[in-house]
Amino acid sequence: MIDLVWLIPLFPAVGFLFNGLIGKWLDLDKRVVGSVACTALGLSFLFSILIFFSLLKLPPEARAAVPDKVLFDWIVSGDFKTVIGYKVDPLSIVMALVVSGVSFFIHVYSVGYMHDDPGFTRYFAYLNLFVFMMLTLVLANNFLLMFVGWEGVGLCSYLLIGFWFERDAPANAGKKAFVVNRVGDFGFLLGIFLIFAHLGTVGFNEVFAKAPSLDTATVTLITLMLFVGAAGKSAQIPLYVWLPDAMEGPTPVSSLIHAATMVTSGVYMIARCHLLYSMAPISMAVVAIVGAATALYAASMGLLQFDIKRVLAYSTISQLGYMFLAVGVGAFSAGIFHLMTHAFFKGLLFLGAGSVMHAMSGELDMRKMGGIWKRVPITFLTFLVATLAIAGIPGFSGFFSKDEILWQAFSSNHGHLYLWVVGAVAAGMTAFYMFRLLFVTFLGPCRASEEVKKHIHESPPIMTIPLMVLALLSVIGGYVGIPHILGGRNFFHEFLAPVLGGAPQGTEHAAFSLVRPVFASGGAAVGEGVNMELLLMGVSVAVAIIGICIAFYLYIWKTEVPKRLGERFKTIYTIVFNKYYVDEIYEVCFVNSTKKLGTFLWRRFDDGVVDRSVNLVAELMAWLGSVLRRIQTGYVQSYALGIILGAVIIIIFLIR
Amino acid sequence: MPASVTPLYFFVVSALIFAIGAAGVLIRRNAIVVFMCIEMMLSAVNLTFIAAAHYLNSLDGVLMVFFVMTVAAAEAAVGLGIFVLLFRGRKTIRVDEINLLKW
Amino acid sequence: MTGSIFYWIAFVVTALAAVFAAVMVITRRNPIHSAMFLVLNFLCIAVLYLLLNAQFIAIIQVMIYAGAIMMLVIFVIMLLSVEEEERRRKIPVPLAQMLGMVLVFILFAQLIFGVVVKVLPGEQGEFSPERIAELGDVKTIAGLLFTKFLFPFEVASIILLVGIIGAVILSKKER
Repeated sequence: MIDLVWLIPLFPAVGFLFNGLIGKWLDLDKRVVGSVACTALGLSFLFSILIFFSLLKLPPEARAAVPDKVLFDWIVSGDFKTVIGYKVDPLSIVMALVVSGVSFFIHVYSVGYMHDDPGFTRYFAYLNLFVFMMLTLVLANNFLLMFVGWEGVGLCSYLLIGFWFERDAPANAGKKAFVVNRVGDFGFLLGIFLIFAHLGTVGFNEVFAKAPSLDTATVTLITLMLFVGAAGKSAQIPLYVWLPDAMEGPTPVSSLIHAATMVTSGVYMIARCHLLYSMAPISMAVVAIVGAATALYAASMGLLQFDIKRVLAYSTISQLGYMFLAVGVGAFSAGIFHLMTHAFFKGLLFLGAGSVMHAMSGELDMRKMGGIWKRVPITFLTFLVATLAIAGIPGFSGFFSKDEILWQAFSSNHGHLYLWVVGAVAAGMTAFYMFRLLFVTFLGPCRASEEVKKHIHESPPIMTIPLMVLALLSVIGGYVGIPHILGGRNFFHEFLAPVLGGAPQGTEHAAFSLVRPVFASGGAAVGEGVNMELLLMGVSVAVAIIGICIAFYLYIWKTEVPKRLGERFKTIYTIVFNKYYVDEIYEVCFVNSTKKLGTFLWRRFDDGVVDRSVNLVAELMAWLGSVLRRIQTGYVQSYALGIILGAVIIIIFLIR
Repeated sequence: MPASVTPLYFFVVSALIFAIGAAGVLIRRNAIVVFMCIEMMLSAVNLTFIAAAHYLNSLDGVLMVFFVMTVAAAEAAVGLGIFVLLFRGRKTIRVDEINLLKW
Repeated sequence: MTGSIFYWIAFVVTALAAVFAAVMVITRRNPIHSAMFLVLNFLCIAVLYLLLNAQFIAIIQVMIYAGAIMMLVIFVIMLLSVEEEERRRKIPVPLAQMLGMVLVFILFAQLIFGVVVKVLPGEQGEFSPERIAELGDVKTIAGLLFTKFLFPFEVASIILLVGIIGAVILSKKER
């Protein structure tokens, strides 16, 4: 069964070819196109589940040692050899499950959402191609094939962000995403080159087997380069700027690519290379700090946005920051755990936003919504579930994963108190802006125009069923990883342990000695690590609830307060509302100078040197021709003269 | 008075007629006269062939002359046809007034 | 025979006549006169052929060159009613013509140098005048034409065919 792993990416590839070539050519009916795309994904999901259970039947230590399924040699050149091969282990199968599962539900949702779009066939072709590439990325057994998937998802992201390319904004957003990703991909590629230069191979098994022979400086450089790639793909500081703009794409695309799957591939990649990262504490620290900073920074930008999808975009960046915080402190399985739960609830949030847009005639500005919860009950309820999950309310999946990250950030060998503080504050902000979004969108008075109001309606079942499924997953998804402290088995970590190693448990170490006096002076019953874990859990839940309460106070109870606060702190408000002017700063620092360089090279070098030298040669030849053609007088006798001259010269040689 | 006529004499006569023909080709402006000069040059070359063949006791030169004459006949047919056509179109066959053979 | 005084006189007279006729061809302004002197030139050369023991070639020289081709040339001259070239040129002697004369002189000098100074290579063939006389001139040539020179003979026939077709196409009036 496990040998059939290559079928998982094959189905979407077939779907892509079918829809992209035949579907476009024959102009097939939307029902055919939609069912082909969904069936492909359904089969892919089915095989992921089957392989997951086959893997589960193996004893834990055998699960990570399943031999790679090598299809064929890909590049053989001298000593270098790489293959098209798929790796099945707990990590990749979890990713495959998440990707194919979430993709399947989003495909089904898309059939309803994109129903009236003229680019229906193109959309599903791209979407299938995306899933194929994403599965290639997560199942690849070497860096090079992973890079193919990496670039492939980047391409699909570009195509789908710019799906409505007739308008400027999506086309430009697509370009921006592509260019910013290119910066990250460059780092990733350099990392792969370094690995090959030092180890002579790019296969995961070989690299990780040989990795201990590397010295720390090399490993640090390699891991930092890989992290540049991850930061680009997963929208971390400083390469996050493309993700908010990527919301110009169709909403299910935002849900699938820019929330649930593609943007998390950086986290997956770092978890995959955890052996390398474990050898490079500096890189780990960089990852953790960048992750924590991104979590806080993006959350602060999400506080003031009015565009539903942009709030969710900043929320995604912030949550990705959490995941990097987790892998940065060595809690790789916690990062993957959050990746999974995040895929569920963030995918659901975007789909819910799409459903709201569907109801509100395409409106995105939450100031023009409100009070619609009775008209769209399923959307509202599922959205509420997802919001509770992301806010980290106990009982929902987000609580387990987020709390574990925070605990690890505090207690891990690589952790630090400040990382926890930043994470907790960001968690509070998350709870605040998510409930602000919920309150403003669904509750309160309706601020929509009369025209729009008339058309508010619940989405068809093909859209609401995926919502309900994902809502269910958002609730129960967390129960696979109930921490020991709450009496759970933490099955998820046990499953991943053969690959990622045992998650660092909350034992006595340096961080405690650092922080104990702080808590001890507060008189709290601190002393046992277990109590500490419970305490921190309580604190983070309390922070989340405070965030919710503030949101309730500001947006339900005293709705005039936000405006006053905005006027009072006008400078800060403007800066944050304008996203810290980062886009403008980048524009000035990088974009303009690059453009200037490009213009300079174009005008001066290309036009001035290359083209002119080419033209010069051409002009020289033309001039030479205009001179030499005077020899061709057109008179027969001048040619006869030439013949006799030639005869004279030839005879000179003959009688010499 | 020389005792015998050597091939050298024939070669000199032939070279003389050939050079005169070439001069005619270059200085005359009537296309038909130019054509006749070319025929004269061919004929001069033929004389060389025959003389050489005679003194080498071979018939190869004679046969070569036979083929040259064939070509000359064909050339006459085509060349004179071209003159008629040119005259029909341009009302002249003066080679210094016809300069079609250029870029 | 080649040493006899009659042979010598015959050669000198016909050679001088041929050169004289050639000079007249390129100097007469009236094309008809040129053509007449060319006929004379061809006849002289035919006589030279006879002196060289090439009777067959001498005959076809008279028949084809002096007869057929010159007939055709004179016919075309008449048809086109070409007038005499004017005596004066606008530019007395153009540079190109002076250059042409110089080149022609160099060519002539080279030819004379070639035949006088250089030893001409050549293998003695099997057809001595006695042998040809014994076998018969025309018969020998015909034999060679259909054996050793069969391929050039066929090519020559194709050239003639092409010449005929070319002449027909050229002189055909466009529809």
